[in-house]
Amino acid sequence: MIEVKELTKQFGQFTAVDKISFDVKPGEIFAFLGPNGAGKTTTIKMLTTLTHPSSGSMRLNGYDPVKNPTEARQSFGIVFQDPSLDDELTAMENMEFHAVLYGISKAERKKRIESLLNFVELWDRRNDLAKTFSGGMRRRLEIARGLLHHPKILFLDEPTLGLDPQTRNHIWSYAVKLSRDEGMTVFFTTHYMEEAEQNADRIAIIDHGQIVAMGTSEDLRNQTNKATLEEAFIELTGSEIREEQASSMDQMRMRRRAWSNKKII
Amino acid sequence: MNAIYILWLRQLIRYFRSKSRIIGSLAQPLLFLIALGFGFGPIYTKAGGGNYIQFLVPGIVGMSIMFTAVFMGIEMIWDRKFGFLKETMVAPVSRFSIMLGRILGGATVATLQGVLVMIISIFVGFRLDNWFLVIPAVVVMFLIALIFTTLGTAIASIMEDMQGFQLIINFLIMPMFFLSGALFPLTGLPPAVTAIALIDPLSYGVDALRGILLGASHISMPLNIVVSLGVWAILLGIGSILFAKMEA
Ligand SMILES: Nc1ncnc2c1ncn2[C@@H]1O[C@H](COP(=O)(O)OP(=O)(O)O)[C@@H](O)[C@H]1O
Ligand SMILES: [Mg+2]
Repeated sequence: MIEVKELTKQFGQFTAVDKISFDVKPGEIFAFLGPNGAGKTTTIKMLTTLTHPSSGSMRLNGYDPVKNPTEARQSFGIVFQDPSLDDELTAMENMEFHAVLYGISKAERKKRIESLLNFVELWDRRNDLAKTFSGGMRRRLEIARGLLHHPKILFLDEPTLGLDPQTRNHIWSYAVKLSRDEGMTVFFTTHYMEEAEQNADRIAIIDHGQIVAMGTSEDLRNQTNKATLEEAFIELTGSEIREEQASSMDQMRMRRRAWSNKKII
Repeated sequence: MNAIYILWLRQLIRYFRSKSRIIGSLAQPLLFLIALGFGFGPIYTKAGGGNYIQFLVPGIVGMSIMFTAVFMGIEMIWDRKFGFLKETMVAPVSRFSIMLGRILGGATVATLQGVLVMIISIFVGFRLDNWFLVIPAVVVMFLIALIFTTLGTAIASIMEDMQGFQLIINFLIMPMFFLSGALFPLTGLPPAVTAIALIDPLSYGVDALRGILLGASHISMPLNIVVSLGVWAILLGIGSILFAKMEA
């Protein structure tokens, strides 16, 4: 369902993603783990047509995101690392906007929006502006929106960052249920190892733009002779703190998160 | 087609929802109308120019449209900063449709703003012989709005953040306003000033508005329209290249 070969992204001299290759099977839940700045978001951006790769090839649902962006875009839904709702629109309007952009017919639109908003438990709040929502509610709305057009693949880039355990559990139960019931492929990143442990069929670990290990959680633990995935992860990626490597982009992102509820105009 | 419509609708919903912004943005044109209209009116009349308010209103309408339109275009930077732009960029829709939807939405809002200014101007003494003239005037207003929303969108496609915004306003938009003939007649000026006015796209839009509303223009009406359409086409061409290259 997702095929990646020798995929590379350079920003000037700096190589953010360095010749990575992997395949994700249909219906598989695939975790993409790595420290800050490892290249996870950049990989997702290339797969989802937001940025062009420097070299290498990709296939999503059989389509090349570079050559056939429209077909590739129709195939996936995404929850971005950063917030992406229109705060000045209601939950309903955010959903309708998406439905029209993806060419969903009017009759289907109504049913689908209602069932998805019920699914993420936001139906009662459908007429409230997105800016009045808590972080967890926004995330759930983004998930419902990403699922609206029946994507074959769902990308989740740190979907649970900064959320309480209850909300995190909720979000994973939605994703896993859809994957099991509808055969949807899920590609996600997270910093919470237990989320990968519990939900992922397979895990890839990326560091400094390169994949350093790939397999089931058990494979990774056996390979490193460690008892937990967390220990295996640290063994594979080293224990130094990556905060200093967090680029200005990352810092801006953190600030943006703090701001996202504030209006500037 | 539907994508263009929904992007247009989004801008309108946002506009009507921000009442304080609508009212706030009427303050500046009102100030210009009162200060300049009443301040310079007597001198203008004494010099044989006729009623200055009549002359000034199309200029101030053009000004409000230009400022609103540029802002509506540049606002895309916020959509990029706060993430919403990505939602449109991963949709199965061509980049050109996305840009066009945004431009049409922004231009509609700017035109509405221009109509509001025209209504306000009645209170400072603006009169029309025939109110049906408002219909062709709105068409010209929309054309002005298209030009400057497209300009704002093109600028926003290459601007990283809002830091350059003041620069754009002070070194591009302000000069375009003051040198366009919005405030003074284009006749009898030093040749250098005339030359500058004639490379300023706002001059043609404002002159066309005067031609329609007052029946008097300094530039021929067909030329006003052809130049305005031409400028828009060029900006749309440049804008769509920049927009397509942009990474959200
Ligand atoms: N637009 C950009 N220009 C320059 N460097 C970038 C850009 N985007 C990301 N990077 C750099 O690429 C590296 C990988 O970033 P990213 O993919 O966001 O990491 P992750 O999502 O794994 O935390 C980081 O060092 C980051 O600073
Ligand atoms: Mg990231």
